[in-house]
Amino acid sequence: MSEREAKGKIGVKELSPIDVYKLLPRTNCKECGEENCMAFATKVVNREVPIEKCKPILKKEFEKAYKQLKEMLKPAIKEVIVGTGEGAVKIGGKLVMYRHELTYFNPTAIAIDVTDEMPEEEILNRIKRVEEFRYEYIGQILKLDMVAVRSTSNDPDKFKATVKKVAENTKLPMILCSLNPTVLEAGLMAAPKARPLLYAATKDNWREMAELALMYGCPLTVFAPNNLKLLKSLAKTLIEYGVEDLVLDPGTFSGDGLAETLNNFTMIRRLACKHGDELFGFPLMGVPTTVWLESAGIAQEIVKWREAYLAAMLIVRFADILIMHSLDGWALLPNVVLRANIYTDPRKPVAVEPGLKVFGTPDENSPVMFTTNFALTYYTVASDIESAKVNAYLLVVDTEGIAVDSAVAGRKLTAEKVAEAIKASGIENKVKHRKLIIPGKAARLSGEIEELSGWQVLVGPRDSSEIPKFLQEKWQTQT
Amino acid sequence: MAEKREKEENVLGLKLNSRLLELLAKLQEVELEDFEMEVGDLEIWLQPGAVAAPVLAPPKVAPPVKAKPTQIIEAEFVPPVETYPGKVVEVKLGATRSEGGTRGKTVVIGGETTPALYTFERPTPHPPVISLDVFDMEVPLAKAVKMHVKDVLGDPAAWAKLAVDKFGADMITIHLISIDPLVEDASPKEAVKTVEAVAQAVDVPLIIGGCGDPVKDAEVFREVCETFAGERFLISSITRDMNVERCAKFVKKNGHVALSFTPMDLNLARELNRRLYDFLPKEDIVMDLTTAALGYGLDYAFTNMERARLAALMGDPELAHPMSSGTTNAWAAREAWMKMAPEWEPRELRGPLWEVVTALTLLLAGVDIFMMMHPAAVKTVKDVIAQLMGGKSGNAERLVEWVTAKV
Repeated sequence: MSEREAKGKIGVKELSPIDVYKLLPRTNCKECGEENCMAFATKVVNREVPIEKCKPILKKEFEKAYKQLKEMLKPAIKEVIVGTGEGAVKIGGKLVMYRHELTYFNPTAIAIDVTDEMPEEEILNRIKRVEEFRYEYIGQILKLDMVAVRSTSNDPDKFKATVKKVAENTKLPMILCSLNPTVLEAGLMAAPKARPLLYAATKDNWREMAELALMYGCPLTVFAPNNLKLLKSLAKTLIEYGVEDLVLDPGTFSGDGLAETLNNFTMIRRLACKHGDELFGFPLMGVPTTVWLESAGIAQEIVKWREAYLAAMLIVRFADILIMHSLDGWALLPNVVLRANIYTDPRKPVAVEPGLKVFGTPDENSPVMFTTNFALTYYTVASDIESAKVNAYLLVVDTEGIAVDSAVAGRKLTAEKVAEAIKASGIENKVKHRKLIIPGKAARLSGEIEELSGWQVLVGPRDSSEIPKFLQEKWQTQT
Repeated sequence: MAEKREKEENVLGLKLNSRLLELLAKLQEVELEDFEMEVGDLEIWLQPGAVAAPVLAPPKVAPPVKAKPTQIIEAEFVPPVETYPGKVVEVKLGATRSEGGTRGKTVVIGGETTPALYTFERPTPHPPVISLDVFDMEVPLAKAVKMHVKDVLGDPAAWAKLAVDKFGADMITIHLISIDPLVEDASPKEAVKTVEAVAQAVDVPLIIGGCGDPVKDAEVFREVCETFAGERFLISSITRDMNVERCAKFVKKNGHVALSFTPMDLNLARELNRRLYDFLPKEDIVMDLTTAALGYGLDYAFTNMERARLAALMGDPELAHPMSSGTTNAWAAREAWMKMAPEWEPRELRGPLWEVVTALTLLLAGVDIFMMMHPAAVKTVKDVIAQLMGGKSGNAERLVEWVTAKV
């Protein structure tokens, strides 16, 4: 890796606030809400505010500077919009190859497929399950994003009818899949203004597909399995043809070809982010659904299992959009959580403010528990206490944002820290008992905590979901 | 009544899970014997000029006068292969009789000269390995895990044998939980007996896991290191609050390998490694940068490891060590073991998949040793590693058919 790769070329790392500042009006007008133009420039470089928040720069006299800034701030991976209106989904728009270089934008969109030969009931049922999929995770709702309609019949009328049915039943953006332009066009006619993502232009059909993309104003996927030279040539040709929004599918192989697949995704992303290769500067599509090609005679659970871990690897290795088939919660849940993790902004602390938190209306006899200030731990414990509808105090100990077990192992959570937190919180003036419920995973600190704080320790459950039961059984008998 | 239902579910879960295992076993996709690497035709591509090319203007829409292309315009494609000033050190674990130990098998890890599995640059020199967890006493285990080891709980030797013979473990981690002064406070002599039993039962390299008490661990590790001198056990782990000098000395003197553990902070990792360098050669150190579960800080673990590996390649010698991951931590996530609403069930599949996803994420950050638990998860991660090392080609013509495939 050259020095350049480590830093990132187009990556924001090399773009300093000064570069942006120089092009701003530099009047410190504060219209953007910042103290001065330099502060604004810093936020722009960190992608915390769009450049358009500077109203003066949009005026005619700064037209040239604005253009230059736009160019300078352009992401290495083009942002492509699928769908229209409220339901539209943005994919790509990545600025960096590695998330620690800044952060990843636009979480990998997950599309679930339906086909034009599925019974209507099944199609509607699948759409319903896509729409109803939701999982609450540290204050976010994790969801599925799109519906991919595949033509397995190769019959234009069937495809048209299916696209119509899907469009009538969901506002989620669509991906229309057929390598036959006649079939794809029939589908487009059923949803001419929906701006679906077209799948896909290949070496054989690219002209017709380009015409459809231009006619209906749709983004277009380029598909060249395991042939990056062809993929790039097609991208070049299509851009030359006038198609601006492309998505790249270098083929998703599992088993044999898995290594090549990961290599292809990595090479494309490196060339786009580190070498400024604009022909590869488009969102990447992964298709875990391909595992179903080899599913004959294999138990469904196995195929779903494979599809799930293939999706996970692609989420980690740069995929901006995925098409999947399985709708099973056990297979999708790890992936939507992984996506949330990978797309978390590494610049933001995931720690909450340490100190004493109050639940309900506790009195001098209410239980006192403690946990760490790792956001996820805190929110999990807090939601469990809330759902138990108990009045209680929760002491949040500063473990530098580390979870209980890791904090105990790494000595970020010690008896000293707990004792100090008790003193500092003033809890000793709020309750008349001296009983502290500690996390089950911190059990080994019991003796020391008792010694240092003078409080009696009750070892709580290892998982906070059992707090309600614990309080009912142990606390009530204690008091 | 509730109890009965629970029991029935158990049976169901067991069936499903054993079936999964069985099915996975039948689907051994890659024969390791077959694997060959394509090294020959990799070319090193030097980028033209170190100066960043100016960002090109966005592709213009072809003006109407300009003719649309009528055939594919060829573009140049050169694989972006780079070279790096740094390299991860190679560490050998386990020693055979001729090497001064008693192991039948040894493993070598590390030696990477590319980011994790960038095999388009150069092959990965050694496949990452999997060490299965064995505990010296009964510990709380997720039901999905417990059902596979219920017959050997409390018998570390039998457990280790099962893990090697049936689950394909490359290594065994014997966790000496009972030595914890707050648990059973078992003596170093008792710990040695446990290790002895495991070492007799299996011939793979061993990882010796402590209890987390810095004083007691050091005491037990010394006894184990001396008793099994020359075995090149991986001592898990040496932490900043232990007597690092003393530990490093007995690890070195008795021919073992230190696992340098730090809590998710690269500066602390560098600092601890520096302290170890005074007594241990680089080839005797593996590092553990802390693994958090999927959904519970995996993003930190992933980025931390990815950064460490990139830094190593960029020439930071203090991070140029193979990495070990306590992947079993995946089971700390409640989504891995808890009974949830029906749409997320069965947990017998969700749990091991949680472990798989945690492992594969970190595989792509550069982990060399996975400490794991669930046999189905182990099987899958082994298969994926073999596929990624083997590098067979996929069938592109067949793949195109996915678009019309009837599922």
